[in-house]
Amino acid sequence: MPNMQMEKTPIPEQKPEVRCHNFEEVTQGYTEEMAQNEAQRCLNCKNKPCVSGCPVGVHIPDFIAHVVKGEYEEAFQTIKLTNSLPAVCGRVCPQESQCESKCVRGIKGEPVGIGRLERFVADWHMQHGSDKADKVPSNGHKVAVIGAGPAGLTCAGDLAAKGYQVTVFEALHVAGGVLMYGIPQFRLPKEIVQKEISALKEKGVEINTDMVIGKVLEIDELFNMGYEAMFVGTGAGLPNFMNIPGEDLVGTYSANEFLTRVNLMKAYKPEYDTPILDVKRVAVVGGGNVAMDAARTALRLGAEEVHIVYRRAEEQMPARKEEVHHAKEEGVIFDFLTSPVQILGDENGCVSEIECVKMELGEPDASGRRRPVEIPDSKFKMSVDCVVMAIGNSPNPLIRSTTKGLEANRKGCIVVDEETMKTTREGVYAAGDAVSGAATVILAMGGGKAAAKSIDEYIQNK
Amino acid sequence: MFQIVEKRKLNDSMTLMAVNAPFIAKKAKAGQFIILRVDEFGERIPLTVADYDREAGTVTIIYQIVGKTTMKLDQLNVGDALLDFIGPLGQASELEGYKRAAVIGGGAGCAIAWPQAKALHQMGAKVDMIAGFRNKDIIILEDEMRADSDNLYLMTDDGSNGHKGFVTSALEENIENGADYDLVVAIGPLVMMRAVVGVTKPRNIKTIISMNPIMIDGTGMCGGCRLTVGGKTKFACVDGPDFDGFEVDFDEAIKRGRTYFDKERAAAREESCRLMEGAKNA
Ligand SMILES: Cc1cc2nc3c(=O)[nH]c(=O)nc-3n(C[C@H](O)[C@H](O)[C@H](O)COP(=O)(O)OP(=O)(O)OC[C@H]3O[C@@H](n4cnc5c(N)ncnc54)[C@H](O)[C@@H]3O)c2cc1C
Ligand SMILES: Cc1cc2nc3c(=O)[nH]c(=O)nc-3n(C[C@H](O)[C@H](O)[C@H](O)COP(=O)(O)OP(=O)(O)OC[C@H]3O[C@@H](n4cnc5c(N)ncnc54)[C@H](O)[C@@H]3O)c2cc1C
Ligand code: SF4
Ligand code: SF4
Ligand code: FES
Repeated sequence: MPNMQMEKTPIPEQKPEVRCHNFEEVTQGYTEEMAQNEAQRCLNCKNKPCVSGCPVGVHIPDFIAHVVKGEYEEAFQTIKLTNSLPAVCGRVCPQESQCESKCVRGIKGEPVGIGRLERFVADWHMQHGSDKADKVPSNGHKVAVIGAGPAGLTCAGDLAAKGYQVTVFEALHVAGGVLMYGIPQFRLPKEIVQKEISALKEKGVEINTDMVIGKVLEIDELFNMGYEAMFVGTGAGLPNFMNIPGEDLVGTYSANEFLTRVNLMKAYKPEYDTPILDVKRVAVVGGGNVAMDAARTALRLGAEEVHIVYRRAEEQMPARKEEVHHAKEEGVIFDFLTSPVQILGDENGCVSEIECVKMELGEPDASGRRRPVEIPDSKFKMSVDCVVMAIGNSPNPLIRSTTKGLEANRKGCIVVDEETMKTTREGVYAAGDAVSGAATVILAMGGGKAAAKSIDEYIQNK
Repeated sequence: MFQIVEKRKLNDSMTLMAVNAPFIAKKAKAGQFIILRVDEFGERIPLTVADYDREAGTVTIIYQIVGKTTMKLDQLNVGDALLDFIGPLGQASELEGYKRAAVIGGGAGCAIAWPQAKALHQMGAKVDMIAGFRNKDIIILEDEMRADSDNLYLMTDDGSNGHKGFVTSALEENIENGADYDLVVAIGPLVMMRAVVGVTKPRNIKTIISMNPIMIDGTGMCGGCRLTVGGKTKFACVDGPDFDGFEVDFDEAIKRGRTYFDKERAAAREESCRLMEGAKNA
């Protein structure tokens, strides 16, 4: 008999007043017992509506059925069939708009905690399973993957599994992309990302860091070096600014810089040399995951008051629900329907205030969301010493500006055939944020997978 | 890992190092830079490619010891290795097609200006190199700059060697005396570059300057290196580091350059105490 409990089995978390002072993971994960209890809420629906909500089609009821029977390794292998980074996805997927949004248990009550179960299974495997991946015999073909984010790593993993000799080139000094430099430790421990990457290396994938493709080597040269096909997964790392007065003041960061200093360069650890400003009152502009991460990071660095300044309404925020909830619990102040007009500085050129205007919702715009419009005479100032701009990122420009014949659209996104991920350049495939603009981990992985399949077909039919 | 193959002290605070980095050596051009990390705990710092040897596969950097990372770097010797060495980054200087150029270096800026003088000279331009130092004890690269230019004007603030005065006085004097520069390259402290532009702008002589904002990734990802050029936001690491001197907002850049000033002063003080301690114990 399934467990008919209406709510998800609660998941242990660090208390808000404790966790807002440390960088340890907020959510601690299910115990075996909790996982069992939650798994039993799944009805094992024949038509598997949940699966249609997952961009990589994880066999959800099947893996959950294994959990019910206590077959955790089998559950893991089931997930692995379609998802190469389960420990990551279980933690950061926006489940409420993907798999869990389609779960029948969600019609009355809460959906099955699919993400939580996925995480449990992946963590169980990390502790108890073995990753003695059988190295597939080489098929003699070489493929280069540019960018070691989720898209590139997935593509590399899939190709290695087919016997390709894969070399990944990464611009930064560590692999992982946004998983390493963007998403904070308290949401996605870096050790987990590195474990996933070691598993890839064990499969025979070679990862070369410190290699900025387009600068040190160009795509044409890689072809000359014997790589028969190329995958571009360079992400959307170019930060947008609002172009309002004062964005040049000391104390205005892009979210990327703020988060990179803390995550990649570990500014929060005393043994690292990276400096970061000692800020007390912070305004983070934006309403996505990036904004939530920046705000919660600021709290953990010791800020006393952190505001999220968002020009639309709460329901319109693109961030994962869980992160918004966590941010609120931790004391982040949300200023909805508020838009910055300028940042003001003191005599040393340091941020001292942010001036905002109040908004109200007007007619729906092209995206179907009601567009925020300014309320006249509603300007007000907040005193802050730091402003973090988290209003979105555009695709990295380096590759497209150095590769002949690689077409990009007006927004800088690489143009691909949506099914095969083929670019306008023969033998070059692309996916992830570089193609879609800033999106999600799982979509990037889905794209990387599709590209791996096409690259295989391309080389085999050559 | 990137092995150090040569280390030479240029003066009390400046050192030249050649590092084994074959991929970068193959590609580097004047005006580009690298980013290095000494060890796992270190910052990523940008340094100009001062020279390269495509055959030997080495890249030369010249650094001034100003803070924690450059102090750590200076602790290393031939045979030691750097953890990360990334490049070549930034746009190469556009030096093609000029006939007569003045290349101006201020102090440590000479390390960055020298490769540009060399490139211009090799492309056939007549090059006047104007190098300014506070005093004679800190003069660097004198032989190299002399070899790679047609005339070297050495200036010291106190007149302890060469001519007394600022680089701008030499520049103005040359122009008055009929030097018909079609290009001025100025690299050094922001105030110096601003002063050079003060001389060249009224005379409408094209002026390239090199900006050194704070950088992290060097690939256009963090936005930390942004500056305002011609009213638009530019990222020095991908759009620069060379810019049209007439268009740069120097006042803004000077303020932003001080972001971590106090923190870094403290870190450097700590580091030098630690190093001294080490020396005492050795
Ligand atoms: C702060 C933050 C929080 C987020 N939170 C979530 C979340 O909770 N859930 C979710 O699903 N998504 C989240 N996202 C979005 C998600 O991280 C991205 O959609 C995903 O990482 C995109 O993957 P990718 O592989 O396309 O690119 P990236 O992860 O951006 O990786 C691209 C890699 O390519 C490298 N690269 C770039 N140019 C070059 C070059 N020229 N040569 C070599 N290497 C290069 C980069 O250094 C980088 O390592 C978040 C993003 C951010 C910034
Ligand atoms: C594109 C580029 C090329 C450069 N090329 C060279 C070079 O060829 N040789 C060289 O000696 N230096 C060069 N610099 C400057 C060099 O990067 C800094 O001196 C170095 O980062 C200082 O690191 P630190 O940890 O030792 O000092 P820190 O402790 O970081 O700083 C010490 C002092 O230096 C100042 N400072 C910090 N960063 C910079 C910076 N980027 N530029 C100027 N001053 C800074 C600080 O305000 C502080 O007062 C270059 C910078 C850029 C952006
Ligand atoms: S990968 Fe993401 S969307 Fe798919 S089942 Fe797992 S948590 Fe849900
Ligand atoms: S829809 Fe929900 S209940 Fe049905 S199989 Fe999927 S997870 Fe289980
Ligand atoms: S150094 Fe990060 S964008 Fe230029």
